[in-house]
Amino acid sequence: MKLAFLDAFTGALDFIFNQREAQTGGVEVGGLGQVADLTLDHVEVSAIALTGSLAIAMPIGVWLGHRGRGELLAVAIGNAGRAVPELALIAFMVAFVGVGLVNVSIALLVLGIPPILTNSFVAIRQVDRDAVEAARGMGMSEPEIVGKVELPLAVPTLMSGVRTAAIAIVATATIAPLAGVVTLGDLILSRNVYGDDGVLAGAILVAVLALVVELALAGVQRLLTPRGVLLQRAPAAV
Amino acid sequence: MSKDPRLRAVFALLATLVLALGVTACGGDDDDDGDGGDTGANLIEENPDNNGVQVTVGSKNFTEQFILGEVYAQALEAAGYDVKKQLNLGSEQIALRALEDGEIDAYPEYTSTALTSFFDIPAEDVPADAQEATDETETQFEDLGLTVFEPTPFESANAVGLLTEQADELGVESISDLEGQSEDLTLYGSPECRQRVDCLVGLEDNYGLQFRKFTPVDIGLRYEVLDKGDADLSILFTTDAQLSESDEYTILEDDQGLLPAGNVLFVARTETVDEAGSDFSEVVESVQEDLSLEVLQELNARVDLDKEEPEEAASAYLQEFGYVE
Repeated sequence: MKLAFLDAFTGALDFIFNQREAQTGGVEVGGLGQVADLTLDHVEVSAIALTGSLAIAMPIGVWLGHRGRGELLAVAIGNAGRAVPELALIAFMVAFVGVGLVNVSIALLVLGIPPILTNSFVAIRQVDRDAVEAARGMGMSEPEIVGKVELPLAVPTLMSGVRTAAIAIVATATIAPLAGVVTLGDLILSRNVYGDDGVLAGAILVAVLALVVELALAGVQRLLTPRGVLLQRAPAAV
Repeated sequence: MSKDPRLRAVFALLATLVLALGVTACGGDDDDDGDGGDTGANLIEENPDNNGVQVTVGSKNFTEQFILGEVYAQALEAAGYDVKKQLNLGSEQIALRALEDGEIDAYPEYTSTALTSFFDIPAEDVPADAQEATDETETQFEDLGLTVFEPTPFESANAVGLLTEQADELGVESISDLEGQSEDLTLYGSPECRQRVDCLVGLEDNYGLQFRKFTPVDIGLRYEVLDKGDADLSILFTTDAQLSESDEYTILEDDQGLLPAGNVLFVARTETVDEAGSDFSEVVESVQEDLSLEVLQELNARVDLDKEEPEEAASAYLQEFGYVE
């Protein structure tokens, strides 16, 4: 049992590094060249989707958090968004935008909205009210309060939402080949072509990519967090 | 509840009446069925010897396979077998492994798929003659220690299809006619198609066609992309309901025999067949006899277009042809 597992793993690694003939014959598959192509496309569609969900969810979440109302709305939208089945959404949107990059990006973007919306709302809400009152007392305008006080203090919680969204998007971009965008998911979906080694290789690559994205965003979070907050080690909500 | 004894007596009487009515009604139903049932020679008789013999029927994960799986499963159930269903196996590789591991006892497979996917026969070497393909598949499966039953009457194949309107406009009837025009056309097919010799790769290499773009999609969307005008060409199945219901779609003749046609073979574990006794083989081979191309298109239509459950479509088939009452 242990050996079989190791064999499968070695096979998957071999698939990643060396080309081989497809199980169905006729073409060469696998190898770093193909893996790199698939990874780039995977990253591309994920990045577009994440940017989209940031652009939509973050301003709304921050605004609601700053005004201190709409908690119910933020939570409801967040939870409803989590329940949307991506494949059904893709099939539904075929009628309006066809299949391809636009369709997949929208489907993945919907997936990214809930964690970003909920976390940015919570992040702003939990900023120390005394700090906000002090800023107001110093004569800061409302936009200044948001930009200079609330947002910097909210970075850790806010970013944890972004990280959750990014992981979900990267992992789910695996279904993109069902809607016209060939990502790493192709290795998993087209088992007959790539064989078991390809399927496992695809799974490994997606997992590694998700880890890399997570680490990169953790780095971004560190850069954005004010030094004082870093020292305080603010708790991060999920 | 009231404590008045008279009221309670009335309740009891009412309850008894309702129960009695219910029982007689059921009895009446049974009698009717018994009287009207003994018509066709197709009727599958329940054999008490089969009770307790467990059989797990599998199928892959698309409409036609669900229906076929249900047909075999329900027929075996009618014969008294203890049938379990495992009707959503992702691909033939998974189905074959489940069969070899004994997680399923039997499932329906297409000869062409078996030859190319299991037995490494290049798509261009798959016999164009259905009988030859069946014989070869049978030999190969038997080498694996599996038992194969008679092929189904219908043949099915992948096909390059398009809107009839557009076919007329382009003046194409066969795949070869696409030469010189394919550069302007988009082709949609399953993600797998992209790298398969009996799909995109073969269309490019054997037919010498270059398409404007190949887009992978879920096979469930194969007609939708044509309807919406996204796809000029889409990979369809010859048994599709949409092809029987209207002339809206046209299938291009595969003049080079690239997309092999095949029958369906019900493949089973030999141990299961031996243990299950003679009824098993008889039921399987008799119940598939009326599965012509037209019947199968009709069954696919019931599920894909009329949104019936595969289970209902299969049981309608069994009833219509007198396999069950």
